[in-house]
Amino acid sequence: MHLFLYCDSLSGLRTQVFYTIKMKHIVKILCILVAVAAFWIGLLQSAVVPRSQALLLPVYLIITLGCYGLLMVGIGLMRFPTCPQEAVLLQQDIIEAKDFLKQRGVDIGSD
Amino acid sequence: MWGVGIAPKRNIDFEVIVVDDGSPDGTQEIIKQLQQVYGDGRIILAARPKKLGLGTAYAHGLKHASGNFVVIMDADLSHHPKYLPSFIKKQMETGASIVTGTRYVSGGGVHGWNLLRKLTSRGANVLAHTILWPGVSDLTGSFRLYRKSVLENLISSCVSKGYVFQMEMIVRASRQGHHIEEVPITFVDRLYGSSKLGGSEIVEYLKGLVYLLFAT
Repeated sequence: MHLFLYCDSLSGLRTQVFYTIKMKHIVKILCILVAVAAFWIGLLQSAVVPRSQALLLPVYLIITLGCYGLLMVGIGLMRFPTCPQEAVLLQQDIIEAKDFLKQRGVDIGSD
Repeated sequence: MWGVGIAPKRNIDFEVIVVDDGSPDGTQEIIKQLQQVYGDGRIILAARPKKLGLGTAYAHGLKHASGNFVVIMDADLSHHPKYLPSFIKKQMETGASIVTGTRYVSGGGVHGWNLLRKLTSRGANVLAHTILWPGVSDLTGSFRLYRKSVLENLISSCVSKGYVFQMEMIVRASRQGHHIEEVPITFVDRLYGSSKLGGSEIVEYLKGLVYLLFAT
């Protein structure tokens, strides 16, 4: 099973996953979690990092993910595309369409 | 009217299918008048006696569809037909099975949402992307072009209700490996009246995410 992840735009986390074996999404997520857990246990046992700090790593990870999520929400909110001119154009289109149809006998009337 | 203006210039044959669940506002009468103008090969009315739900509405409309591609869009003017050529062009250029309209990229946009609504939308989007990796930027959008065979396939495998149905369709399509492309669209919300997003919609959304996490 090959698992590739990349971000290709800021407007949303756009990922593409290549896999040679079809599996349910939840299974993919669990595999990643298991891999991360195995790595963490390996770190704890090999004592490369001081034990007290290694035990806290999952907490740091969750906090980092939370901050990343908030950052993405904030950036997205700032860059949220709006189109006030579209409302104006739409009103014009509605008037044009009503006239067009009225000439041909279709009475939309007023809403 | 716009469709009839654009299509002949590009040699595209089309029909408009209106699925109406007994709307009390005279929709069916207007459709009949439009059929006088454009012909009933162009405008097809697929009426149902009462409100029966989105998934079955799609299935019902699909029975009347004679083309190879189907565009689904809202009929309350929040989706503008002027984007239809860009959907078709994208499909022709890329050979995609699904072209979905996205409001969240530059070139697209939303009008009529206040800050809280935008925040909710953005938060929901980030959450869905983190959990589901859907492969599209606008999950709940319902302005999409489908290859007819793909649409039939998806409708039969989707079970959700309401707008979660839209999410399920695109996520399942993504999981099944269909070629999906996006085009920017603009969305003018609730021309008449105001759109509400209450607590129950948020709960429904979260339940939908959990369902999609485990079922797709």
